[in-house]
Amino acid sequence: MTVLFGQLFTGVSIGAVLLLVALGLALTFGQMNVINMAHGEFIMAGAYTTYVLQQTITSAGWSLLVALPVAFAVAGALGVLLEVLLIRRLYARPLDTLLVTWGVSLMLQQAARDVFGSPNVQTRAPALLTGNVSLPGGITVANNRLFILGLAVAAVVALTLALRLTPLGRRIRAVVQNRDLAAVSGIATARVDRTTFFVGSGLAGVAGVALTLLGPIGPTMGTNLIIDAFLVVVVGGIGQLKGSVIVAFALGVLQATGEYLTTLSVAKVIVFVAIVAFLQWRPQGLFTLRTRSLA
Amino acid sequence: MSLFRGRRILAGAMALIAASALAACGSKTSDNTSGTGVSADVSGDTVKVGLLNSLSGTMAISEVTVRDSIMLAVEEINAAGGVLGKKIVPVGEDGASDWPTFAEKAEKLISEDRVAAVFGCWTSASRKAVKPVFEKNKALLFYPVQYEGLEQSPYIFYTGATTNQQIVPGLDYLKAQGKKSVYLVGSDYVFPRTANKIIKAYAKANGMTVLGEDYAPLGSTEFGTIVNKVKSAKADAVFNTLNGDSNVAFFKEYTSAGLNAASMPVVSVSIAEEEVKGIGTQYLKDQLTAWNYYQTTPGGVNAKFVAAYKAKYGADKPTSDPMEAAYVAVYLWKAMVTKAGSFEVEKVRAAADGITYEAPEGLVTVDGPTQHIAKTARIGKVGADGLITEVWNSGQPIKPDPYLKSYPWATGLS
Repeated sequence: MTVLFGQLFTGVSIGAVLLLVALGLALTFGQMNVINMAHGEFIMAGAYTTYVLQQTITSAGWSLLVALPVAFAVAGALGVLLEVLLIRRLYARPLDTLLVTWGVSLMLQQAARDVFGSPNVQTRAPALLTGNVSLPGGITVANNRLFILGLAVAAVVALTLALRLTPLGRRIRAVVQNRDLAAVSGIATARVDRTTFFVGSGLAGVAGVALTLLGPIGPTMGTNLIIDAFLVVVVGGIGQLKGSVIVAFALGVLQATGEYLTTLSVAKVIVFVAIVAFLQWRPQGLFTLRTRSLA
Repeated sequence: MSLFRGRRILAGAMALIAASALAACGSKTSDNTSGTGVSADVSGDTVKVGLLNSLSGTMAISEVTVRDSIMLAVEEINAAGGVLGKKIVPVGEDGASDWPTFAEKAEKLISEDRVAAVFGCWTSASRKAVKPVFEKNKALLFYPVQYEGLEQSPYIFYTGATTNQQIVPGLDYLKAQGKKSVYLVGSDYVFPRTANKIIKAYAKANGMTVLGEDYAPLGSTEFGTIVNKVKSAKADAVFNTLNGDSNVAFFKEYTSAGLNAASMPVVSVSIAEEEVKGIGTQYLKDQLTAWNYYQTTPGGVNAKFVAAYKAKYGADKPTSDPMEAAYVAVYLWKAMVTKAGSFEVEKVRAAADGITYEAPEGLVTVDGPTQHIAKTARIGKVGADGLITEVWNSGQPIKPDPYLKSYPWATGLS
């Protein structure tokens, strides 16, 4: 029973990490349909931001808190730069976008290697986040996992509210549903694209900050995550946030359960087989956005 | 633009990434037709040696430090007059963390550059890929990393530990500490799987229980479930054969699950000083490692080695076991050549047996029949400063036994 609950929590927290990593992608890929292979490197940028901030702000707790908005801004700025310089010119050419952003991702990895060196760097976690909470029944949940779960939920809520309630959110949704109609209605679609890209990339930066609590901080950390992130968005259905949310948690729990009953390698296979089977049945993903666009 | 078109392209890209990852795992070995053997070019007043390490790709992190310490040894030897009066000219090649590339570059070093010996390789996969190349050409490789044993090639000298110089002493130490049960965690490839086979045989013969065994794919960074399993198994100790980035994620998860060196110590065999820096001492405090050398190993030879390394590469650069084994390899080769009075491979091999060298890790002796070296085993504890200090050593160098023939419990393993 204890183990079962512990595993359920592990599954949910794997889901939270997946969600956090995929959320930005759900915007840039899901909403704008831009395949940005450099998304993982924006996550890396967020993680290195935490590292750099910790050199100046020595308190582990404060540096982590400050890192959240700063990493958002840093990764967002990188995203805007990428959008303005390259992606904007390639909106009608998805294959080229993919290759170009892949190239960019390799350049960013090498840049990180040149600046920070190829070995992993370490950050200190605040004391508050290294321990765990004991629940009745001998169940323990790790504080850093709780923090990441909270962060993921907060990010989803904030993003949902922003898309539903703010003028910017309305414009983003309008552009997603019908770009031409939005344009003739007086929406500056180019500017909306840029803002969407800023927010999507910024969320990758936030994910990077969270990941410093869990895993390695090195030049290649992003590449380990990018495939899982795309899977979540594709299976969740393009153009919808709720699909990504449900799928992230479902895959997390499936992974944790599979891993508990078999081994990590087999669990990965189970997850991939489940995804393939699901996409055979529903190639459009869990949810689809009904649009009137002809494309 | 169609949504589906974008997705199809994405699928193609993902398949490409997956395929390239798979290709890196496979290893191509060259055909094993016996050649005549290319002799080294020693006609001038110089002698070439090959340096074969990954300077790019996932293994570069570790292998660059090995290259650096080989270069240090070469420079020192040249400054002291070279080998048989000839200056060493190092020829560097990048194995690029890709095993077929290692085989290709080995062939190039032997046939085109006509080097007298090659120093390098890190992963067992790269060693297995170049092994037939060296055997075909009857050329020499010095391999400086601890490995899973059960191998003995006439054209390879193994200067890192084999299992009876690292893993078995690690288990002896746990047993002496009164640990009755262990949990095995490792990366999913040849070294951890072989190591764990040995550990299970040892445990069976020594009254220890193995409570569980889990493998994570190389590069895996999600350890929630494995740590849950380890925790609920309530083992006395964990034996860790994880490699690379996985260690970072494993120890972060381990710490946040409330486990530490006092409640459940972890013995690691792939975490040296450089890796400690990347994981963070916060997560590793007082955890155990099994090696043959630490930066803190006492003695004048080591003090000189550490000082020379830091002077050349930077004061913040630690020295580690594989680096030391690579440094020693160059000196051992020099001693063999000097004793043989020739650079010819067969004469060098014949001269190898019994050569001793006062290394930073202490006295090492080449064992001719196995072409491994006798080394002292050391268990260390990670300190708050990120360095590892010795808590136990085997007292004297342990004779290498790659096939564990002298251990009755190990019959049937090889």
